[in-house]
Amino acid sequence: MSSIKSRLRQEKIAKILMQLSGISITGSLFLIIGIILYKGLPYLSWEMVSQTPQGGFYIGKSGGILNAILGSLYLATAATILATIIGIPISIYLNLYIKSGSLIAKASKLLFDVLYGIPSIVYGAIAFSMMVWLGIRASLLGGIITITLLTIPIVVRTIDELVKTIPIDLKNVTKALGATRWEIAQVLLKYIKPGVFTAILLAFGRAIGDVAGVLLTTGFSDNLPKYLDEPAATLPLAIFFQLSSPIPEVQGRAYASALVLTFIILIIVICTHILASKQKKHKI
Amino acid sequence: MNIRLIKDLLFKRISASLLLISVCVVLLIIIGLSAKSIPLLENQNLWEILTQSIWSPLKGNFGFLPFIMGTIWVTLISLIIAVPLCILSSVYLVEYATDRLRNSVLPLMNVLAAIPPVLYGVWGVLFVVPMVGQWIAPIFGVNASGYSVLSGGIVLAVMIFPIMVSIIVEVLKTIPQELKAASLSLGATKWETIKKVILKKAKPGIIAAVVLAISRAFGETIAVLMVCGNIPRVPQSIFDAGYPIPALIANNFGEMMSIPLYDSALMFAALLLFVIIFGFNLISRIILNRLEEEA
Repeated sequence: MSSIKSRLRQEKIAKILMQLSGISITGSLFLIIGIILYKGLPYLSWEMVSQTPQGGFYIGKSGGILNAILGSLYLATAATILATIIGIPISIYLNLYIKSGSLIAKASKLLFDVLYGIPSIVYGAIAFSMMVWLGIRASLLGGIITITLLTIPIVVRTIDELVKTIPIDLKNVTKALGATRWEIAQVLLKYIKPGVFTAILLAFGRAIGDVAGVLLTTGFSDNLPKYLDEPAATLPLAIFFQLSSPIPEVQGRAYASALVLTFIILIIVICTHILASKQKKHKI
Repeated sequence: MNIRLIKDLLFKRISASLLLISVCVVLLIIIGLSAKSIPLLENQNLWEILTQSIWSPLKGNFGFLPFIMGTIWVTLISLIIAVPLCILSSVYLVEYATDRLRNSVLPLMNVLAAIPPVLYGVWGVLFVVPMVGQWIAPIFGVNASGYSVLSGGIVLAVMIFPIMVSIIVEVLKTIPQELKAASLSLGATKWETIKKVILKKAKPGIIAAVVLAISRAFGETIAVLMVCGNIPRVPQSIFDAGYPIPALIANNFGEMMSIPLYDSALMFAALLLFVIIFGFNLISRIILNRLEEEA
């Protein structure tokens, strides 16, 4: 056994190493946001967020990315609504209608966990070849369906985690009053309401930031999105395309677009945080 | 029948069919990907596809080795960076940090997790690529553009920080206080307790977190595509460009229609990703579920 002095020295070194790694991990977050702010702010203007691309936009002439902002918002909103409508009943079914210890419940939960981790490019690829097979071209609808598939597991799993936190008494009391399972579900949903919104926001955040899923299925368009069967622009793709341009002005717009996306994500995160702390206070 | 019971039954039927449909979608994905990959597998055998390094679709050569190696390189680099950093910080957060620090750092991890891949890509192009090209490469006496597997690895490392930290923190929290107390009362320093008791006990959980992070890194598309250089050659050093599998799919899907077998090859790539990630996720989820039941 080494002397107490060297053991204490080891302790000190280890602690410093831990602090350093903690700093570098949290620091990376500020580095990312800081660099996007620094590069994007000079290019951010009202014109950027309020106009569609004009002629010659991609060689540095005037215009904005309103088409992409609206496209992304439409796509993410529609996909999130669909995923919520499909996901909430599934998680209620898994928790209330079948025994939680049963094989079906366990296997389905595991399946959704695994689906959560499947990358969006796989969904994108399969959706794209389906669309080719059916003869549908890239469109807003194609993107919405792909992103819905991507977000269903998020909704199902997050709500499932929330249901676990519900006190068993609440369920039993409702049951004892003679409520049907559907009525119990309504009571429980009310109890986890802030959490449900958190799940929805999480899904929305994932939906609005995804590129690989929409790259093949949604296409790109300079017009404002009006119809479901037409290609639509999305914000992440707009960033990606503009960044690969050699013209500095267009690259600058990519930074500004990235900044817009960062703002949207930060708003979502802040709302999620507020709702999550509400859920904590909400407890009986 | 009572209207309330009808409502209940109706909801049961609807939600059961929704569940059934989503399970069917998974089967559909597997069947679709496999069916599409068959033409390629009929043309070349599986071993050849996985081990050949010549990729020239026009001549009908589909060797996946450069892409497989590209994926493995970036994933390995990201793990080498992220695993020690994440373990050390999670231990610090659970064992040393005050409640206030912990409650302010963990939400920041949620922010990091919420940042979309494309923004990581922008950050990679603006910061990591120049850093690798102008600072790190010259230190090793290499002339490099910076678009390399190292840049991809660094960007991926930052992307997998949040998932690893949050899972490892959860795992460390489940370790019983008695174990730590026993070790400390025997005269071990805190660091010795961490090294010999806590980390040993947390090992399965940490492995699950790492496996989950690997599958995240494997499937990441756009951020890696933006910083890796995308040259279909097996990388020889960390400063060489690489071409991971997801980037291959994203870059070539639109234009594959005219070349025979090309779409089949790309669907095979998607199948490969799906199978590997599905397997990895399954393993780590099973480990984590078991740990949760024990706790």
